[in-house]
Amino acid sequence: MTRHFGRLAGTASSLLVTLFGLVLVTFLIGRVMPIDPVIAIIGDHAPVDVVARVRVELGLDRPLYVQFGIYVWQLLHGDLGRSVMTSNTVVEDIQRYFPATIELATVAIIIATVIGVPLGVLAAVRAGSKLDIGIRVICLAGHSIPIFLLALISLLVFYATLGWAPGTGRADVAFEGMNPVVTGFLTIDSALANDWDAFWDAWAHLAQPAGVLAYFSMAYIARMTRAFMLDALAGEYVITARAKGLSNLRVIWRHAFGNIAVRLVTVLALTYAGLLEGAVVTETVFSWPGLGQYLTVSLLNADMNAVLGATLVVGLIYMALNLLADAAYRLLDPRVS
Amino acid sequence: MLVEIQNLNIMFPSQHGLSHAVRGVSITLGQEKLGIVGESGSGKSISARAILRLLPPAARVTADTLRFDGIDILSATERQMRAIRGRRAGLILQDPKYSLNPIMTAGAQIAEAWRNQTKGSKKAAREAALDLLAQVQIRDPKRVADAYPHELSGGMGQRVMIAMMLAPDPELLIADEPTSALDATVQAEILRLLEDLVSRRGMGLILISHDLPLVSHFCDRVAVMYAGRVVEELGAGELLQAKHPYTRGLLECLPTLSHPKLRLPVMARDPAWLA
Amino acid sequence: MSGVTDRAWLLSDAPASRAQAAWGRRYRLWCDFRANPLAMSGLIIALLLILAAAFAPLLATHDPSTQDLVNRLGTPSPAHWLGTDELGRDVYSRLLYGGRVTLGMVLAVVILVAPLGLAVGCIAGYFGGWADRLLMRATDIFLAFPRLILALAFVAAIKPGVSSAVFAIALTAWPPYARLARAETLTIRNADFIAAVRLTGASPWRIVLRHVAPLCLGSLIVRVTLDMSSIILTAAALGFLGMGAQPPSPEWGAMIASARRFFLEQWWVPLIPGIAIFIASLAFNLLGDGLRDVLDPKQR
Repeated sequence: MTRHFGRLAGTASSLLVTLFGLVLVTFLIGRVMPIDPVIAIIGDHAPVDVVARVRVELGLDRPLYVQFGIYVWQLLHGDLGRSVMTSNTVVEDIQRYFPATIELATVAIIIATVIGVPLGVLAAVRAGSKLDIGIRVICLAGHSIPIFLLALISLLVFYATLGWAPGTGRADVAFEGMNPVVTGFLTIDSALANDWDAFWDAWAHLAQPAGVLAYFSMAYIARMTRAFMLDALAGEYVITARAKGLSNLRVIWRHAFGNIAVRLVTVLALTYAGLLEGAVVTETVFSWPGLGQYLTVSLLNADMNAVLGATLVVGLIYMALNLLADAAYRLLDPRVS
Repeated sequence: MLVEIQNLNIMFPSQHGLSHAVRGVSITLGQEKLGIVGESGSGKSISARAILRLLPPAARVTADTLRFDGIDILSATERQMRAIRGRRAGLILQDPKYSLNPIMTAGAQIAEAWRNQTKGSKKAAREAALDLLAQVQIRDPKRVADAYPHELSGGMGQRVMIAMMLAPDPELLIADEPTSALDATVQAEILRLLEDLVSRRGMGLILISHDLPLVSHFCDRVAVMYAGRVVEELGAGELLQAKHPYTRGLLECLPTLSHPKLRLPVMARDPAWLA
Repeated sequence: MSGVTDRAWLLSDAPASRAQAAWGRRYRLWCDFRANPLAMSGLIIALLLILAAAFAPLLATHDPSTQDLVNRLGTPSPAHWLGTDELGRDVYSRLLYGGRVTLGMVLAVVILVAPLGLAVGCIAGYFGGWADRLLMRATDIFLAFPRLILALAFVAAIKPGVSSAVFAIALTAWPPYARLARAETLTIRNADFIAAVRLTGASPWRIVLRHVAPLCLGSLIVRVTLDMSSIILTAAALGFLGMGAQPPSPEWGAMIASARRFFLEQWWVPLIPGIAIFIASLAFNLLGDGLRDVLDPKQR
């Protein structure tokens, strides 16, 4: 019991250190920038005395460690500063853009898992066959294709040429802002409001970017599944299971796959985190109003508060997912007690 | 005859063509205890696994005869094989640490084997599993049934393994070095348990080992394998009359308490044995 | 006949010298590698790309920056093999010069990152204690950001451009190497032969440099090769988002970004550099995959 507690305390303390580092890194990135934050806020042509006053207001005349203290203090109060571009607080902006990214990434990972895991299992069971090589090539291509190229091709084929998919954005202009925001997920909000036209429209808009992101992560999931399964299938307990006269399906799924399921959960958590990265580019191409697009637009406008806020939030989610993966591992695997 | 093997050959593809792991092995087995002895790589283990067709997919198996109770293993369908595996013949592997599924409780693994051949409720399967655990002389079947393999000692794990393979009441048991991974004291217990169960149920047994005296003590007949061939087959009592130099060499390498030697002889291997 | 004897010398079961043993091992690895058609195609494509970039001035048919506004957005033709871009520049020639930018960035990142990661990992793994804790905590922090996002924030803070992109990618790329090298070192550290070396009186630095680090190299090479493809993709993504190489430069990602507006009509203009990125990245992936099978078989 005490050992358990000790390990928990160890995890918590290392987490705090990582968290501190995360904040420090974003802070430092914000301070090395050659663009003067004061001029970024009030413009090039402001009078000298205004510049000086704003500088003092922002605390930029103080030593760096004091500035860092202020930064942390503000963070603890949920204050990420104000975005120059939208003139909202960064926290408000993130609250608005974040659900779109989560919606996109979640649908993408579901598609990727549903396709990627069976492909990986199949490849491992038929290791060395033509099918295995085919799956391997598909996965390598998924690792190699720039995601923005895939997004552009998808738009060209499904939107411009075939006309199957609606264009960019999250919803048709006709449906924009029609339904009350409850969860921030258009697919859910429209269903809650019983607006089925908006519901199908939301799904239609989601299909393309989610599909593009899904291919990107499917490749990784399938590849890891294959590697884990090869490992599991070589296990002696698989021979035991076959010697018991179990059907092939049961040997593969109950015994071999059962043993890798926990490790796969970790992979899925990391893939989900990786999707946030893919989302930056995908959202830009599909004009998807999510955190990724917010980040790139802020970048191009040198809106540093917004950039750092979004970066920090993504870092936090990344960390949380890693933690979640670790926790899942401990909970689900009987060998780790 | 329970098992008939004539001229069994097993090959594995490797970088430099095929490597010939088993070369023309012939063995027959009735309701008796046969020991197969040999060093690692002599082909004893894969010969026995070939009976259940449990070799890696890359293996190439040929034989003039390979039958289990008259069923031709080489041409049997997968469905026929599954009727043999688990139901009519069981396989016990060396180390329960690896051969039991680490994420299923011992009870669940035994119950799974039981339900595979007897249709019954989950509860009945659990009862059967507890009963089987009691039969392999586990004092506290409930606790062991709920334990995961990593929570069991080696001897305990091997009992679970035996219980699992006995679940469908098979006619043949193949034990592939069942005690090599265990402590010396536990080894004797497990072997006694096996002997007891085998003779009480009238099963055939193939015991694979590298321990010649142990096998000869325990089995009715012993086949000695070297480099993929059976070099000698002996009745258990005739061990001291062994003719093949390899068998004699193996016997001489053993230290004894009654006739201590200063230096143990080193095995001299004659390339002619490979011919 | 000398070919036969060379082969025999290489494949000898009883090498007479350390050099013979080392070359024999390399030759066997090469034989394994050669048997994998996917890996070989990766190697050949990668070599072709490197040659094409190196001899870009000889292979180019046009000056990559000469504009010809009359012939803008042209389809591939005998005069312009891969067509022309939005300013009438020859896409084929720009691709060749862009390969220099891309491969140069890859090379720079690898040179910066691989030795650093190896050093950090070996030191942390071999010496343990507070050095280990400190260094691994630092990798944790950098691993807590998605690579592209940290690189974006970093580039935005300094100034968009090739050199800051290289630094940003390097900054995000070293922690996995350190992790890998550390894990390898931990398994090597307790091996008997290291104990033997220590008994002969070798200093810790000699052990790390001569015995531990070389053994980490195999998995490191695999990782670097696979990583090259992700460096190519990150560099291209930075270029595409306007944070990497800047527009007049023929960097492939930047080429796509500037031609993106024409995608629905003159789709081949942005598509062609996209395919170049894909092929380059695929080549290194195939190569790395094949190398992994050969050098690091347990990690398949």
